Amino acid sequence: MSAKSIAKGGRINADTMQKFLAFSSLVLLYIIFSVVTPNFFSLNNTIDIMRASAVQGVLALGGTFVIITGGIDLSLGTVMTFSSVIMGILVADMGVPVWLGLIACIVTGALCGLTNGFFIAKMKIPPFIATLGMMMITRGLSLATTGANNKYFTDYPGFRLIANGSVTDSVVKAINPSWSIPIPNAVLILFGMAILGHIILTKTVFGRYTFAMGSNEEATRLSGVNTAAWKMGVYTLCGAFTGVAGILMASRLNSAQVAQGAGMELDAFAAVVIGGTSMSGGEGTILGTIIGALLMNVLLNGLRISMIPQEWQWVATGAIVIFAVYMDIVRRRKRG
Amino acid sequence: MSELIRMEGIDKAFPGVQALSQCRFELKTGEVHALVGENGAGKSTMMKILTGVYTKDAGSIFLKGKEIEVKNPRAAQELGINIIHQELNLCQHLTVAQNIFIGRESRVGKLFLNDKANEAKAKEILDMMNIDINPRARVSSLTVARQQMVEIAKALSFNADVLIMDEPTAALTDSEIVELFRIINDLRAKGVGIVYISHRMDELKKISDRITVMRDGTYVDTVNTKDVEIKQIISMMVGRQIYVEGHAKNTDKSQPLVLEVKNLNSGRQIKNVSFDLHKGEILGFAGLMGAGRTEVARAIFGADKYDSGDIFINGKQVHIKSPQDAVAHGIGYLSEDRKRYGVALGLDVATNTVMASMSNFSNKIGWIDDEAIQKQTDKMVAAMSTKTPNNKQRVKNLSGGNQQKVIIGKWLTRDCDILIFDEPTRGIDVGAKGEIYKLLNELADAGKSIIMISSELPEILRMSHRICVMCEGRLTGVLSAQEATQESIMHFATMRETMEQADAEHNNQGETK
Repeated sequence: MSAKSIAKGGRINADTMQKFLAFSSLVLLYIIFSVVTPNFFSLNNTIDIMRASAVQGVLALGGTFVIITGGIDLSLGTVMTFSSVIMGILVADMGVPVWLGLIACIVTGALCGLTNGFFIAKMKIPPFIATLGMMMITRGLSLATTGANNKYFTDYPGFRLIANGSVTDSVVKAINPSWSIPIPNAVLILFGMAILGHIILTKTVFGRYTFAMGSNEEATRLSGVNTAAWKMGVYTLCGAFTGVAGILMASRLNSAQVAQGAGMELDAFAAVVIGGTSMSGGEGTILGTIIGALLMNVLLNGLRISMIPQEWQWVATGAIVIFAVYMDIVRRRKRG
Repeated sequence: MSELIRMEGIDKAFPGVQALSQCRFELKTGEVHALVGENGAGKSTMMKILTGVYTKDAGSIFLKGKEIEVKNPRAAQELGINIIHQELNLCQHLTVAQNIFIGRESRVGKLFLNDKANEAKAKEILDMMNIDINPRARVSSLTVARQQMVEIAKALSFNADVLIMDEPTAALTDSEIVELFRIINDLRAKGVGIVYISHRMDELKKISDRITVMRDGTYVDTVNTKDVEIKQIISMMVGRQIYVEGHAKNTDKSQPLVLEVKNLNSGRQIKNVSFDLHKGEILGFAGLMGAGRTEVARAIFGADKYDSGDIFINGKQVHIKSPQDAVAHGIGYLSEDRKRYGVALGLDVATNTVMASMSNFSNKIGWIDDEAIQKQTDKMVAAMSTKTPNNKQRVKNLSGGNQQKVIIGKWLTRDCDILIFDEPTRGIDVGAKGEIYKLLNELADAGKSIIMISSELPEILRMSHRICVMCEGRLTGVLSAQEATQESIMHFATMRETMEQADAEHNNQGETK
């Protein structure tokens, strides 16, 4: 018995190790940049980092669900753009109320996700191919529906506040005008979505089946679980998260930029795997993903402030991703 | 016969576990030496040390009297020590010859492959083994048995003096086992020393010269096979006398029918199969590998589509199109391949236990009641005395027997009335087998109806109240517990359609079914 409990103790240590490693790397990186770069350590810069993490973070949250099922969604970036473009057309061109536009943005994302899920779960097309197709399709649709013209929300002054305003600041200022907590709404939304994602993943049947399908889809199906339906649900949820990211992106830029978005799915995956979610499915946490997203943006921001050119920033992020996945593999090997 | 391998005083510890202490093993030339013990006894660890997968903490290994260090698997191969794992390690998309010589291909110059030379050499080895396999055939096109022979050929291509076989018959049919034993006998005659690891006691009796028993990481004894009875070996393995052989009781025909299957057809795999199942009955399904038993089970369970046929549950016709439908009708299926189809290995005991009945442990919006899950899991773990440190243990860390108990717990949690067990004791050690048998009997006594598919005749005979025998997709016979014998089952299991037709024509009368 004692032998068994020792072995078990070792496993838990290895498990927490990874999370601790990601988190401590984040803290360490933050301290290093604070010491090395004079302009890094400031409230404003920290808020900048979090603001930059918001879009990528929300994308990564949705992606976490998909990756835990053992799948992949390459269309995250372009579906995000397409959703915001639809919102742009509705609001900027057709004068639909903003609130309706926001809902349309999330629904568009969800519908794209549902379509992905349908082809993957029902038609048995590999996730890589199905979502690659969706990536190309939505990229094309974004351009086709707008004639390649960006949509601007300049007529709606409140729109840019969705991401850039700060509810916390307004609230404390109302209490005492000299106070200030300028956390951007985008960051609050990111954390809100993270909490929502965490609850769905750990407390609901939906989350439990997400893990079960990633761990052993056939065994789950043979347990009488309608895996096709749940899987479509996972991609739909991911799409809805993508729609939220689209809102944040559009609000930040005060416009729907028809040509951006492609490639952002890769940054999102990087955040997910740095956070310890297994690409082969069955394992992963929301907290890890958030840490991963922050870690990447601390790195990018720090390098930028240190005047490291863009091309070397990419090299550094690439190295971090490989290192993070390698650590994950080492951890698994230890656990046996 | 001279000494080939001697391992002495072997110790091996893993973090928190002493896997082997002071173990020994000895192998002579031209000998088949069986290594037996329950799961976790240390057989595999011992052989992994001999083949350089693990390094020993203490002890020594001698090859033909000379002390050796086996640093890695490659070194073991160069010393002539080869292992054939239970899970075959072949590249399915490559040909037989390519697999045999992978990493050691004949070349033209440095860069180009000489396929002709490889194929010729492969043919030589296959001929020597007296087996007819085309070296140019793709491995994926071969049966499991033939793939195993390719593995053996691969081992022999290293000029193997020592051949270790881990559960070689686990996936073979009886006729294939006969073929394998012929090859083993040939190799033995040529002076190869063979270590034979198996759970199947009757096979050891047939093929081995000596038997070494291990238990809990220690050496128990080495005996001459002809001097001992199977019962003695088993009690040495478990350290106690276990299950008593005996015949099952007959079906209680007064009990109502819970399941009727009529004229089930599916392509060439299921041909017009009809049978019924009483409440509280254990209905055995016997037959050779590929007879279509699993296919019938999967069709009833809705895991695969079928062409035609009617299924009645409790007298009412049902239409089962998916596992979901089957589960809703109270049918549970325990697959032969637990790891692929039965459990989610990476998830914990509790999650697997409630996998089929999540809706009972969550509210309308899908919020999980974790407390209820833990309670139910505790109940199931206690009811089946599953050995797990706690409910949070990942299922992959449990032994095969305990994994099976988790799966049974899953279906009991779902409250299924009809349970289909496909090879319920495959890969499970002897001690745990007895427990699974006891569990099956208890379930039947409690009014559950059980279909048990098994390739082990003793198991079929011991457990089944009634036995359906299949051959090549057809149900060829139904036997009561009373009338069933190994011979009568084998008679039906080998009753091929063509033979029957020939018989029928000969006798000039209608076909029997």
